[in-house]
Amino acid sequence: MSLAEPRTRASLMPLSDAIAAHVHDGDAIALEGFTHLIPFAAGHEIIRQNRCDLTLIRMTPDIIYDQMIGMGRAARLVFSYGGNPGVGSLHRFRDAVENGWPRPLEVVEHSHAGMASAYSAGAARLPFGLLRGYAGTDLAERNPQVAFVECPFTGESLTAVRALNPDVALIHAQHADQRGNVMLWGLCGVQKEAVLAADRAIVTVEEIVPALEPRPHAVVLPSWTITAVCVVPGGTAPSYAAGYSVRDNDFYSEWDAISRDRDRFVEWMGANVLAEVGTTAGKTPARTAS
Amino acid sequence: MKPPPPTPEEMMTVTAARELRDGQVCLVGVGPPNAAANLARRLHAPHCVLVYESGAIDAKPLRLPLSIGDDDLAATADELVSVPEMFSYWIGAGRIDVGFLGAAQIDRFGNINTTVIGPYDHPKVRLPGAGGAPEIAAAAREVIVMLRHSPRALVERLDFVTSVGQGTPEAPRSALGFTGAGPVAVITDLGIMRPGSDGELELTAVYEGIALDDVRQATGWELRIAEQLETPAPPTELELQTLRDLRATVPVA
Repeated sequence: MSLAEPRTRASLMPLSDAIAAHVHDGDAIALEGFTHLIPFAAGHEIIRQNRCDLTLIRMTPDIIYDQMIGMGRAARLVFSYGGNPGVGSLHRFRDAVENGWPRPLEVVEHSHAGMASAYSAGAARLPFGLLRGYAGTDLAERNPQVAFVECPFTGESLTAVRALNPDVALIHAQHADQRGNVMLWGLCGVQKEAVLAADRAIVTVEEIVPALEPRPHAVVLPSWTITAVCVVPGGTAPSYAAGYSVRDNDFYSEWDAISRDRDRFVEWMGANVLAEVGTTAGKTPARTAS
Repeated sequence: MKPPPPTPEEMMTVTAARELRDGQVCLVGVGPPNAAANLARRLHAPHCVLVYESGAIDAKPLRLPLSIGDDDLAATADELVSVPEMFSYWIGAGRIDVGFLGAAQIDRFGNINTTVIGPYDHPKVRLPGAGGAPEIAAAAREVIVMLRHSPRALVERLDFVTSVGQGTPEAPRSALGFTGAGPVAVITDLGIMRPGSDGELELTAVYEGIALDDVRQATGWELRIAEQLETPAPPTELELQTLRDLRATVPVA
């Protein structure tokens, strides 16, 4: 008899069921999507289901982690760029690091190159990724996941970054088919690596299509690499899904004012995220009048 | 009617854009470099290859992108690659001619801090962090840095070294085995600084109407001044108009 158990294919289920079943308190979770295809709806559902003490892993924390940190869901952040691109600060992230509000946040920080390498190693199930990086910077001594090793062939000093293997990867894609195969296209960030590095993977999609059609720059993740597929049209707003939506740059700018003040932030989250209990809609958060 | 004269910010952007040469492969950082690189591509460097760390290679954006991952970049790029590929095959392998970076703090050797102001464990200001900069600063053949001139930004001692410029006399860049030359120009809203033979930045140009003393006052260390101090030509009407048209295409925060 074969020792290799047959692989389980992705189950099609509502997002709320997928989060309830597969994301636990204290998990290390990676919501990936590099500016494009950020899984906002999944992050909001995690906030609504009160998951706490999470290790949040993400190259660019962006507004979604600003929201999760501000709501006190994160104990630790593993990241490489914590800004609001083109706008400025992530104020909830800053408040957590600078003032411990609403709770202290441990940070483990990388450069983009280092973190991408750590995900790649995780996907390959290698213990570390290898790059030329961090040399001469203060980052290496602040991050115990970074070390220097000697090349066995040339003697060159190279940088090792410990592999990232999240408990759960959560991503958003444009298409899935009925069998749970997933396809995304456009800027594809580090999603393939995050999914293959993780124990479990939850994918929200714009729609289920009869068959995945070949497209330039598409990434296909076979059904048996994914745990759950959830249909959440618009589940990436205010980020975007190429072919379906455009980035809501106005909202990214407005977030600066919403997030700057603790009371205003909490009120906004109550009205726009917590109030959606029982739904899995990934609507664009309601916009303040301006 | 004559258009309003250039602001210091516009002077900085136009000057930085002039540094780019046609045909160079340019890695475009978030913020001010984005405006400068896109301006250059619309003027004297139409064949400049704009690379964004989000994975877009030879992007030809119609609008000025707000983020480095706007849909316009992906839609107009010759090639899209994953982020791990971008940092290994393209940036890490040395395929970038010019790394165009911003900075929160810089020191006299062009080393950059974008991580914290104050002590790391209890920062006064938590900045965004490294992003792609450390490896771009290491591996790009040349680096151009843009930032506003102020004593809080141009400091005697960095609170944190995020990206290496010319290193320090005790730990010079040359000892780190980097493939790239490091910063060749630091463009501010007052003028241009370039590294001397020992790696220390010296002021090589001051914009029209700016007093040398103002530049000294706005620098947190005793600034070296080049023997031949240049005065860059003010922005032409075309440069200014093109920049203003470009700016009008992004949402205002």
